[in-house]
Order: sequence, then structure tokens, then C-alpha cells
Amino acid sequence: MNMPAKASDTRDIDIQGSCLTEALTETWKTPPGIWGALTTVDHKIIGRRYIFTAFVFLVLGGVLAVLMRIQLAQPEARLLGPDRYNQIFTMHGANMMFLFAVPVMEAVAVYLVPLMVGTRNIAFPRLNAFSYWIYLAGGALLWIAFALDMGPDVGWFAYVPLSGPQYAAGKRADIWAQMITFTEVSALAVAVEMVVTVFKQRAPGMTLDRIPVFVWAMLVTSFLIIMAMPAIMVASTSLILDRLVGTHFFNPAEGGDVLLWQHLFWFFGHPEVYIIFLPAAGMVSTMIEPFARRPAFGYLGLVMALIATGILAFGLWVHHMFVAGLPRLGESFFTASSMAIAIPAGIQIFCWLATLWDGRPVFKTPLLFIIGFFVTFVIGGLTGVMVASVPFDTQVHDTYFVVAHFHYVLVGGAVFPLLGAIHYWFPKLTGRMMSETLGQWSFWLIITGFNATFFPMHILGLEGMPRRIYTYQPDLPWHALNVFASLSSIVLTAGFLVFFINVIRSAWAGDVASDNPWDAATLEWATSSPPPSFNFAMIPVVNSLHPLWDCRDALAVAKGLRTDRRELVVTSLNTAEPQAREASPRNSIWPLLTAIATSIMLIWSIFTPWAVVWGSIPIAIALIGWFWPKGTPEDEA
Amino acid sequence: MIRALSKICLSAMLAVPLAACGSNWQSALDVHGTSAISLKHLILLIVAVCSVVWMLVMVALIWALWHRREGLSTPPQPGRERRMTIAVIGAVIVTAVIIGTFTIMSFFATRSLSVAGQDELTIRVRGLQWWWGIEYLGPDPSRRFETANEIHIPVGRSVHLKLEGLDVIHSFWVPSLAGKQDLIPGRSNELTIRAEQPGVYRGQCAEYCGMQHAHMALLVIAESQDDFDKWANAERNAAAQPVEEEAAAGMQTFLTKPCAACHTIRGTIAAGTTGPDLTHVGSRRTIAAGLFETTRGSLAAWIADPQTIKPGNNMPMVPLAPEELRDVSAYLASLK
Amino acid sequence: MRERIVLDLRKLPLHGMGTQSATWWGTLAFMLIEGTGFALAIAVYLYLMSLATTWPIDAPPPDLLPGTLVTLILLVSLVPNILISRWAEQQDLRKVRIGLVVMSILGIAPLIVRVFEFPALRISWDTNAYGSVVWLLLGLHTTHIITDLADTLVLAALMFTRHAQNARRFGDVQDNAMYWNFVVAAWLPIYGCIYWLARL
Ligand code: HEA
Ligand code: HEA
Ligand code: HEC
Ligand code: CUA
Ligand SMILES: [Cu+2]
Repeated sequence: MNMPAKASDTRDIDIQGSCLTEALTETWKTPPGIWGALTTVDHKIIGRRYIFTAFVFLVLGGVLAVLMRIQLAQPEARLLGPDRYNQIFTMHGANMMFLFAVPVMEAVAVYLVPLMVGTRNIAFPRLNAFSYWIYLAGGALLWIAFALDMGPDVGWFAYVPLSGPQYAAGKRADIWAQMITFTEVSALAVAVEMVVTVFKQRAPGMTLDRIPVFVWAMLVTSFLIIMAMPAIMVASTSLILDRLVGTHFFNPAEGGDVLLWQHLFWFFGHPEVYIIFLPAAGMVSTMIEPFARRPAFGYLGLVMALIATGILAFGLWVHHMFVAGLPRLGESFFTASSMAIAIPAGIQIFCWLATLWDGRPVFKTPLLFIIGFFVTFVIGGLTGVMVASVPFDTQVHDTYFVVAHFHYVLVGGAVFPLLGAIHYWFPKLTGRMMSETLGQWSFWLIITGFNATFFPMHILGLEGMPRRIYTYQPDLPWHALNVFASLSSIVLTAGFLVFFINVIRSAWAGDVASDNPWDAATLEWATSSPPPSFNFAMIPVVNSLHPLWDCRDALAVAKGLRTDRRELVVTSLNTAEPQAREASPRNSIWPLLTAIATSIMLIWSIFTPWAVVWGSIPIAIALIGWFWPKGTPEDEA
Repeated sequence: MIRALSKICLSAMLAVPLAACGSNWQSALDVHGTSAISLKHLILLIVAVCSVVWMLVMVALIWALWHRREGLSTPPQPGRERRMTIAVIGAVIVTAVIIGTFTIMSFFATRSLSVAGQDELTIRVRGLQWWWGIEYLGPDPSRRFETANEIHIPVGRSVHLKLEGLDVIHSFWVPSLAGKQDLIPGRSNELTIRAEQPGVYRGQCAEYCGMQHAHMALLVIAESQDDFDKWANAERNAAAQPVEEEAAAGMQTFLTKPCAACHTIRGTIAAGTTGPDLTHVGSRRTIAAGLFETTRGSLAAWIADPQTIKPGNNMPMVPLAPEELRDVSAYLASLK
Repeated sequence: MRERIVLDLRKLPLHGMGTQSATWWGTLAFMLIEGTGFALAIAVYLYLMSLATTWPIDAPPPDLLPGTLVTLILLVSLVPNILISRWAEQQDLRKVRIGLVVMSILGIAPLIVRVFEFPALRISWDTNAYGSVVWLLLGLHTTHIITDLADTLVLAALMFTRHAQNARRFGDVQDNAMYWNFVVAAWLPIYGCIYWLARL
């Protein structure tokens, strides 16, 4: 039962050219100034903000890494004491995982996925705004605590009893646990938006087999987030309860169990690493097309590999606990399942190689980073297969060998594609191109610096150097390789520095980009660089996997949406048939207010359980403000 | 440039087995224990196979990027697509075979490692922040004894370790002898070690356990059965009564100051259990979990200010007058 | 890029109901998140139970009465809940209003009984791990009742305002009803754990 069309019902079909753009701009714009900045729900503004913030955390975490490298360059160095060092490596790990790697992938997706599926805004845009504010608050909580010497010092996986009430006095462990809550809430929110955007807001005609691989990767990642993050929420909540109100979940003296923590943490923690890696793999699949000048080989295989990795990810967690004394037979199962991951990983690698082999490679910076990704990620993946072997792992678990493994997969497997992606999508983000010269410089510095920093760590680990030690004694033969790693990290840092200089310089003075500077095939390149607030003046209609390659003369579009109401097309799950002209919410201050209320409640609850009771009231009020209809055209139905 | 790079990485890969030639008393590559030896073989084999896999992928990458493309029409072409499909499927099958082999190898290696020898000496190892309590068990309670941070074992015999975490999780790891195993509060784990050659092997706690995780080492001394028996018998004895005057005064100081509340010296009234058993501390090679060699000087330095030397450790600074310090260190050094 | 119009969307409705609507899928996604949370909490219960030598640890099994009463109320509430979803689909405002009032009451009722359910556990959260985990399960479920009740109350208020006569609002009512079904369904395994596993 539709409301009768009002006088204000203006359709895009009735207006032409610049009038249409003006009308849409009026409806979709973010007002300038501070108020606009605080109330916006534009996925592009929020996405850019998210990306920027995540890179700030990368720099902060990187500075901590450099401090650790300076400390470890010599035996018995006195730059950092044990207390400070322990905070620093915990901060580095927690920051990199929870405030950089996961959010940055989501951030890129928040920006790109709505464009790639051809819609005007992400699903639940206000939730999106909320998610960014919560993320920011969580990051601020962690870093302010660190500045006040209250930074967590229990390692990024905060094993009990070390993080429990008996051995972690003060609030440091609580800060860690609550930072987790913040980042999980924001990640879950984005995951829900992502699922619904991909399920329901794809451009008409974008059937399941026409979804770009990066979008598939984000869909699988979002399901991983949805299924994995509750585990860490249960874990961190029970930890806070143990610490605050005296429950005994992890206290063996009262029937609790220490390994329960590890099971819960890694049930989340292992999928977590694929939450970081799968988006990166999706970026590679999508970026390789314009640089190989052909469609990615084996679309079905690539998508199936993503899904298979996503499913297997839940059957591996025990491989982080191989020396905890679990039954040996059970452990062998986890060896098998961990190694099995090599198959979907291999499928992707082989398909990409085939794509390059059959294509005509264009050696621009993004492709260089993809090549760097192959060189390093395969090493990291293979060391992953090594540590998946129980007997092998008994020698290298908790040593620098593992540190080497995970930096190879995290930096080589996720950060390299990410850097390539920044170079690639920069024109779409800012309207300007990044410098190719600086890009090549940063690539060579980073790849040499990275390998020289982390390769020696494999050997250090085998030579008996445990991880998480603030210093070592001179009689152990680890000095030379440590100095070498530390010196190389200067090269690595220089590479990042060049990258950031390139970003800043190009944002100001880069060459102005055309709509589709790389001649790529996916929909985000069908609109201007950067896109207008409404993304597409007319919603594209898709009839192939590579819409911009397959009909080069003109883009097929749909007409008939209203211009006075924020309107987008909802399509069916499988076949993307149009179903409704759904409204998309307007700008609102309520997400920010809700985020503030939530932050107050969460931080307060480190100190007293009553915070949950009293702190919920303002949250409820803010939520009512958020959802209560305001009588705008968006409320019509 | 890629070629040059892959060469560098390649030589670096080969450096792993080469590094095995060096000598190191805490290394998974310089091995003298039964299980560490077979682990080393497994490690080298897996590393070698994986290195080959990596090189093949790199060769494929280089070829894919730089092979000649003249005369190719615009992709994709059905014929080439089919060849690529076959190549990818073939590579996946090879992958499956390799990981299948690795899995089976790991399974059998694990099984053979956990089979313990018959003739067993059992030692209870307790992990505490940040030192190791060592207790030699045996059927006869009167022949049990305690020590700290140092384990003696007879060469060629399987020694059974019962691992218990008393406060937080620690991990027992003497890489030259065997893989590691955690010490977990509320659970008990086991590990069998067996040295093939006499020697001193260093181990270090491998699970992050707080402030001084970096300084939680221990030594395993593998010696002939005779030497071992001699050592064990000496350990069973109570502490020798000090003969020198200085040491006798030191003993008095030790017993009247708070020291006795935390440390045990068998044969005296000192029976504390918070800190390491000091009955034969003078005969141990190191103090403070591997931090220093045991000398009178290092003992004095430690007692004078443990918190500067090993910040955060659980021994407080007990204020002592200079001569008290001298006496106590003389006494402890005499406890052979 | 030039554009070629191939599709006309003018006839599409302004809002799709049920699986056509984004909020329906959003609600489903949140249910998946929370369902995973419940499943994990139950897994914690079973895990601790498998480690313990006796279960419950040092406590009698909980009193059956209040918990069973809550179960009954929740099960009964399903009837009006399913009806309200149907009425919302038919966009029958009068019936939906009545239904929301009924559902508000049926949301408050189990909470009242729940107040007696906590003491009926006969153990405190800080006695031992068994106490901790039953309180966790019960607490987790209670927060879900409370949030859905709050949602129902706000919706009820909304449906008595001028914003009510709107397909979007009826969709919200349906989604809310779906969520309540979930809250009830999630209770059943928890009820089984807390009350019956402890009696095995
Ligand atoms: C992006 C992140 C990422 C990725 C992708 C991976 C990928 C893998 N990881 Fe890793 N891992 C981490 C991040 C990641 N890991 C982190 C952060 C930790 C440490 C946490 C901590 O302790 O702090 C860790 C720790 C870790 C451990 C625990 C080690 C220990 O603590 O002792 C194990 C053990 O099994 C493991 C295994 C694997 C495996 C089997 C893969 C596989 O997915 C790899 C698959 C890929 C390949 C195999 C390469 C490509 C394939 C081919 C070219 C085909 C040919 C291959 C063969 C023939 C084998 N990882
Ligand atoms: C995505 C995740 C990620 C990333 C990108 C990195 C990046 C780096 N990491 Fe990190 N690391 C982890 C995740 C990550 N790490 C995790 C999870 C742990 C485990 C923590 C734990 O045990 O709990 C860990 C642990 C860890 C350790 C072991 C600590 C220990 O066990 O004691 C070390 C030691 O060398 C290290 C080093 C580095 C270095 C040198 C980098 C470099 O790549 C960083 C380079 C980047 C920069 C330097 C920033 C950019 C530079 C500029 C803008 C220039 C300005 C800066 C300066 C002038 C200094 N990391
Ligand atoms: C509150 C308890 C406490 C008191 C009091 C105390 N100690 Fe200790 N002591 C410890 C602990 C704990 C260690 C282990 C420290 C470590 O290595 O981390 C230790 C270690 C030592 C060691 C090194 C032992 C070894 O084998 O590594 C010596 C020697 C020692 N103490 C002597 C003394 C003397 C002498 C005094 C009195 C002046 C004293 N202790 C008082 C707790 C105490
Ligand atoms: Cu004990 Cu680390
Ligand atoms: Cu893992």
C-alpha cells in the first residue's frame, strides 16, 4: 500500500543533466563545516575518515615497533625497561591487529563496496557513522591509557592468569579487554552493513556470478566477523567479570579453567587473521585485472577459495595451543585442518599466476606491490604450514620464528596488497593520482627493508630466541642477526615514510585523475573521481562481471528514482531483480551521541558493574532519538 | 630486479640449514637430545621441501611476467584457458600431496616422541614468576630433594618431567634437548627428555609470564651416571655447617633477617618456600634463573639490590649493612 | 561515460516488506551474532561441566519453579507474537496496537519471574565457576529480554502516533516479532542447560 505520490515527488526521469545533479546533490549532500562533519552518514566521507585513522594507528604502532627494534639491537640494552617494553609489545600487537589491520580493511570496504555494487550509500549508514565513532573512542582509550602509563602489558592475546585478577593489578588488563569491546562493536556493525549492502543493494542485474571478487571477499570476511567476534566478546566479558565482580571462569581453584581462555580467544583469533587476509586477497584479485589487462582467471575458483578459507578458519584454533598439553590425537586433527588451508591459498596463488601469464602486465606501483605480495606471502604461508606441524611447532612456538611467520603473512600478505590498493584507488578516494616515481621508491625500500628485517627472525627463532623478551644476554649468539634486523627496519621505515610523503603530496598536488585512469572494469570507475555524494546519478544496470569492459560505448542505467528523497534500489538476493525504491537515512547527530553514551558506559564499567545499569539509560535515549521518525520524505512508504 | 631479489631470498633460505653448523647451547639446530635430534631432521626436511615449493612459485611468477607475448591475440582464448585450468588443477594436486605427506609425517613424529623410555627418573618442574623449582621425585620419600634453576640428568636415560605452573603459565624449553611444553596452573603436563651427549644445555621460559619473562632461564647438565649419582647424593645432604668465621656470621644474619622466611636451607631453621631452595646454592652454576654465574661477587650484588638487577622480581631488597652483606654472600657461596 | 537507459524503476514500491527489506536482513544478521554468542556461552557451560568432577560444583541443582514458569510465559507469548506479525503484514493498525500492548505485558511478565529465578539458582556468581557460568547464561538472556522489551515499548508508543500508518513501521513490528521469536528460541537450550543438565 503506497502513499499517494506527493507534489514534491520529483523523478530523475523528468529532469536533465546538471539539473539532475543539482537536485541529487541537494538531497544527498553533507553540509560543510563542523556540524556536517559530525552528522554525516556518507559512506565515502566515513570510509575516508576510517582509512585515515587506521593509517594513523599504523604509524603509531610502527613507531613502537621501531622502539622495540632499537632495544633489541644490543644485548642487555637499557633503552626500555621490562615494564615499558612489555607495554610496548602489547600495544604494538593489539594496536596493529585491532586498530589497524582489521579496521583498515573494513574502512576500504566501507568506501568501495557500495561503489562497486553500484548503490548510493551503504546499508544502515547511521550505524556506519556510529561504528566509526566507537572505533575512534576505542583507539583513543588504548592510547590515552598508554600515555598515562596504564597501557596493557599482557600481550595481545592476554592469557589468563597473567591478565586475571591475581596477577594483573591495576586497570591495565581492563583497558585491553574494553578496547576489545569497542573494536568488536564497530567491526560487527560494519560486518552487518556489509552483508546487507551486498545482499540487497547490488545494482540491478548484478547476479551472484557478477559480483567483483573483492566484494565477495568482504562478504565472506563479514560472516567471519559475525561468527568469530562473539567469542572474543564472551572471553573479554568473562575476564572483566572475573576481575571486577569475582567470578571464577578462569580460576582453576574454583572449577574454572585456564585453557578455556585460550580456546575462546583463538576461536576468535584464528578467524581474525583471515579477517585481515581475505580482504587483501580480494584486493589482489580485483587489482590484478587492470594490470594484467585481462579478467582474473578462475573466478569460480577464487570465490570458492575465499569461502573454503572462511569455513576452514573455524577449525584451526588449536594450532595456537600445540604445546599446552592437549591430547595428541586431537592435535593431529588440527595439523591436518591447518595444512588444508594451503589448498584454497594455493588455488588463489595459481589463479593469479595464470592471470599474469595470460595477460600483458603493466608494471605500475599497484602491480609491483602485488608481485611483492607473491614473494613474501608465499614464504609466510609456507612457514604457516611448517608451524602447523605439531612436532615442528614444539620447537618454534613462541619464538621469533613465529614472529617472522606472522609478519610475513600480515605485512606481506595483507599490508602489501593494501598499499597497492591505496595506490590503485587513490584517484577514486581523492580525485588525484599518486606519484609513480615515489611509488616505486617506496615499493623497493619496503620490500627490501621488510625481508631483511624479518627473514633473520626465522633463524633467530630456530636458534632459540623466544619472543616477548625485553632483552637477552650477551652469551647467546643472537646479537648479529638482531642488529641486522634492527638496521634493516630503518630501510623499512624509510619506505613507509616515502609512501606517506607520496600520499600527502599527491593529495595536494597529484595529477588530476580521470573517472577511470587505469581502464578498470568494475563499477566504482563508472562514476567521477571522487564520486559525488550520491555516487551515481543513475543506478547502473549490470549484465556482466566486467561491466566497463564489456560495453565500452555506454553504461546501461536505470531511471525512475526520486530526487527529493534519498532513494536507492533494493534488489533480490540471487538475481538482483529490483524490488523496491528504498529510502536511505539522512544525516543525523544521534549516532555520535549514541557512541558517546556507549563509550561512557563501557569505560565506566571498568570501575563498577553498576555502570551497565545507569549507563544504559542515556544509550537507550540516544537510540530512541536515532530511530524515531522525523517526518522527512525518507519516512514515507 | 625481481631476479636479483629472489636470489637474495634464496641464499637466505639456504642460510637456515647452514646456521645449523654453528654452536650454541640453546638452539633447535644444535641438538644433543633424542627428540631434538629427530625434530631437527623433520624441521630440515620440511624447510627444504617448502623452499623448493617457494622457488617453483617464484620461477612461475617470473615466467608469467616476462615470457614472450608476440603474436598473442586479445585474451582470453579458449585453448589457453584450458591449458591454464589443467596447470592450476595439477598444482593443486601437488599441493594436496605435499601437505598430506607433511600431515602424516607430523603424526608419526609426534607419536614416536611421546613414547617414553622404561627406566625413568622423574623430576617435578615448577614454574614460578620468574624462576624454576626443581624437585627430584622417587619412590623413597627420604631420597627426594629440591633445588632450583638447574637440572642434572644422566646421559642416555629418559628423564620424565612433571610440569606444573604455580602462578601463571610458563613454558619449559631446552631446545637442544626437546621441544617445549607449557606449565599451566591447574593442569599437569609431562615431557620426556633424554640427552645423547654430556654437556650443559640452556633453556628459557617460552611463554610470556610477565615482567621478567626474559630472565627465566635454566640449565640442564647432562653427565655420566656416576657423576650424576655423586651430584644427587651431595644434593640430598643438608647444608654444610659454615667453618669460616665470616660464613658463620653470614648464616646468623641470614637466619635473623627476612631471608629465612622465603628461602629454605636444609639443616637450618630457614624453611621458606617463596624463593628458591638455597641449600646448595653455591654449587649451582648460575643464580637468579640464569642471570649471573654464581660467584661471591654476584651473590653479593644480587642480595644488595635484586630489584635493579632484575626489575620486578619477587625478591625484595633487604637492607643489610656492608659487612652483613659480605658475610651472607660468603655463607651462600660456601653452600656447595 | 555515456549512459543508456535500460530499466525503469518508477513502478517500484517505496518500501519492501519481509525479505525484501534491508532491516529484515539486518535483524537476521544481529540474530546470527547473538545466536553465536549464546552458543558459545552454552559451550562454556558444557566445557566447564566436562572438566568438573561433580556437577553442579558444591551446590544443589537450581529450583525448577521460576525457570519453568518463565519458559511457559515465553512459550505462551509466541502465540500473540506470531499473530502480531501476521496483523502487521496485513497492515491492520488497530490489531497491531492491541498486539503491541499485549506483547509489552508479555515482555514484562518473564522479567518479574526472572527476579526470583536468580536466587533460585541457589548459588552466587562468585562462589565457583559453576555459579559464574549459570549467572552468565541467565544474565545474557535477561539482557536480551530487556532490550527487546524496550524495543517493543518504543514501537508501541510509536504506533499510537501519527507515524504509525506506514509500511515501514509495520515492517519494524514484524522484525521485532521475529527477534522475540529468537529470544524465546534461544531460551530453550539455556533452560535445558541450567535446569536439566544440572540434574543428570
Ligand atoms: C594475515 C594473517 C595470517 C595468515 C594469512 C596466516 C596463515 C596461516 N597461518 Fe598463521 N598466524 C598469524 C597470522 C596469519 N597466519 C598470526 C598473527 C599468528 C600468531 C599469533 C600470535 O601468536 O601472536 C599466526 C600463528 C600461526 C600458528 C601458530 C604458531 C605458534 O604460535 O606456534 C600456526 C600453526 O599452525 C599458523 C598457521 C598458518 C597456516 C597454515 C596458514 C595458511 O593460511 C597459509 C596458507 C598459504 C600458503 C601455504 C602459501 C600459498 C600456497 C601455495 C603456494 C601452494 C603450495 C603450498 C604447499 C605445497 C604447502 N599460524
Ligand atoms: C598488521 C600487523 C603488524 C604490523 C604491520 C607489524 C609491523 C611491524 N612489527 Fe610487529 N607485531 C604484530 C603485528 C604487526 N607488526 C603482532 C600481532 C605482534 C605480537 C605482539 C605480541 O606478542 O603480543 C608483533 C610483534 C612484533 C615484534 C616482537 C616483539 C616481541 O615479541 O618482543 C617485533 C620485533 O621486532 C615486531 C616488529 C615489527 C616491525 C619492525 C614492523 C614494521 O613493519 C613497522 C613499520 C612501520 C612503521 C615504522 C611506521 C611508518 C613509519 C613512519 C610514518 C615514519 C616515522 C617513524 C619513525 C621516525 C620511527 N613486531
Ligand atoms: C619475599 C621473599 C624473599 C626474601 C625476603 C628474600 N628472598 Fe631471595 N629470592 C626470592 C625469590 C622469589 C627469588 C627468585 C628471584 C628470581 O630469580 O626471579 C630469590 C632468589 C634468591 C637468590 C638466587 C637463588 C637462585 O638459585 O637463583 C639468592 C642467593 C637469594 N634469593 C638470597 C636471599 C637473601 C640472602 C635474602 C635476605 C637478605 C633473601 N634472599 C630474601 C624471595 C625472597
Ligand atoms: Cu616464565 Cu616466561
Ligand atoms: Cu591460526
